[in-house]
Amino acid sequence: MELISPTEFAKDTVQTVQDYSRLAGQSVANLFRYPRYFADMLQQADLIGVGSLPIVVLTGFFTGAVLALNSSTTLQRFGSLSLLGQLVSVGMVRELGPVLTGLMVAGRNSSGMASELGSMVVTEQIDAMRALGTDPMKKLITPRVISTVFMLFFLTIISDLLGMIGGGAVARGLLGMDSHQYWSTAWQILTFQDVFMGLLKPLLFGFIISTVGCYYGITARGGTQGVGRATTQAVVASSVFILLVDFFTTKLLMAIFGYR
Amino acid sequence: MAAPPTAIEQRLPSEPDAATSAIVFENVSIAFDDKVVLDGISFHLAKGETKAIFGVAGSGKSTILKLALGLLKPDAGRIYVLGDDVTQMQENALFELRRKVGMVFQESALFDSLTVRENVAFRLLEEGNVSDEDVEKRVREALSFVELENTVDKFPAELSGGMRRRVAIARAIITQPEILLYDSPTGGLDPVTSTTIIQLIIKQRDVYKTSSLLVTHRLQDAFVMATHYFDRKANEMRPLPPGARGEVPMAFLILRDGKVIFDGDAHQLAQSKDEYIREYIS
Repeated sequence: MELISPTEFAKDTVQTVQDYSRLAGQSVANLFRYPRYFADMLQQADLIGVGSLPIVVLTGFFTGAVLALNSSTTLQRFGSLSLLGQLVSVGMVRELGPVLTGLMVAGRNSSGMASELGSMVVTEQIDAMRALGTDPMKKLITPRVISTVFMLFFLTIISDLLGMIGGGAVARGLLGMDSHQYWSTAWQILTFQDVFMGLLKPLLFGFIISTVGCYYGITARGGTQGVGRATTQAVVASSVFILLVDFFTTKLLMAIFGYR
Repeated sequence: MAAPPTAIEQRLPSEPDAATSAIVFENVSIAFDDKVVLDGISFHLAKGETKAIFGVAGSGKSTILKLALGLLKPDAGRIYVLGDDVTQMQENALFELRRKVGMVFQESALFDSLTVRENVAFRLLEEGNVSDEDVEKRVREALSFVELENTVDKFPAELSGGMRRRVAIARAIITQPEILLYDSPTGGLDPVTSTTIIQLIIKQRDVYKTSSLLVTHRLQDAFVMATHYFDRKANEMRPLPPGARGEVPMAFLILRDGKVIFDGDAHQLAQSKDEYIREYIS
């Protein structure tokens, strides 16, 4: 492995942060500049949103189911099985729904964006686009960012709901709980803070997934090997970034709204 | 052993004028990491002229095209394209200028997820003010120019290398740009397909009077361009009559070690006493 001097490493890191920040800023600023590519946004929304639906449905359902299953033993020990609905709904809406949906969509779409844009870079298609008078930032990146943020928001809602349905299926089918009791406690426990936190996170995660995926794609170098490396880095970086931002967002919102 | 390179700016036939030339390079330098690729080169491309750029691999030929288009920024020097200084322009202003310049990339760089029709029409569709009928008509015209009308619904992956190169030419010429930049348009192609492409470039030069920079490794292609003209009636290229000289606007530029060591026409090239050039053209 090639050794790199600390100075070079520091320079590269600063350069990466600067380039990423510029890309992220421009992707939003382009929303207020012409031309706007609505057709491309719709196409990306279909690819990212509708395309990710099956994995999000499966992830949400089984996460809720396994959460109910695991928690039931502990709750039964304290004679509080009736709280199962509350536990599943708060867990899904505040944390597991946004994070797991974010991680699944990152695995599927961040890598897809990095490989697609990376291939375009190494085959000079990005240069060709610039040569033809079209800004790749507006044409390729902004539609992906907007579509991911928009669709992840709704995918998370679907995941939350499916999680609660999964928990409900376990509660009714395996634990013999009354469905009405499960759903009424699950519904009543949710407060504005829970829902706000659960719906703010996918907006941040969607932005992270798309900008990180696009950044690694557009900066890919070194042929097919470089594209492969960019794809892996995009998934790793966006997943880690999601977990970090999740922690700090939760901490910040708990400080603002107070601990429950 | 070949003689060392000599800068020949003083031998330029006339003083380049940014306003009247298609492209002017003034003392342009660029380095990648620690490797100096272009070291203070100057040349100009007159309007209507085609200039072939030669040099060994890595000598900065393709870099010149990317600099002219503003895809790369030089470390030093000025580059004027149609009178505008591209070294001082912001990316948004460059997008406007690039609409007057067409480029054919080395590996065609067609958008692989779009059909031939969508590739060729890309610039028109982006401009957005052209009707569907007009787009279709102009795509057909551009594809007919490169004799590929029957490929309109195919994807680039379904075409041969030569066909892809011709589609790239159709994409570059659809808006009839004032300048065309060709990056090794015949590289890796068989002689028959190469001749077809050279004929298209000659046609563009003689019929539409487009100013062009042509990067190539193949000296014979440039000599064919210097010794042939396009006969519109016969719709094919024809050799110039014996003794005709300077009848076609064709020039040669040779790079060595980051410097321009020759800039002149075919006759001057043939008369050159430079050892390296003699070796290069032999």
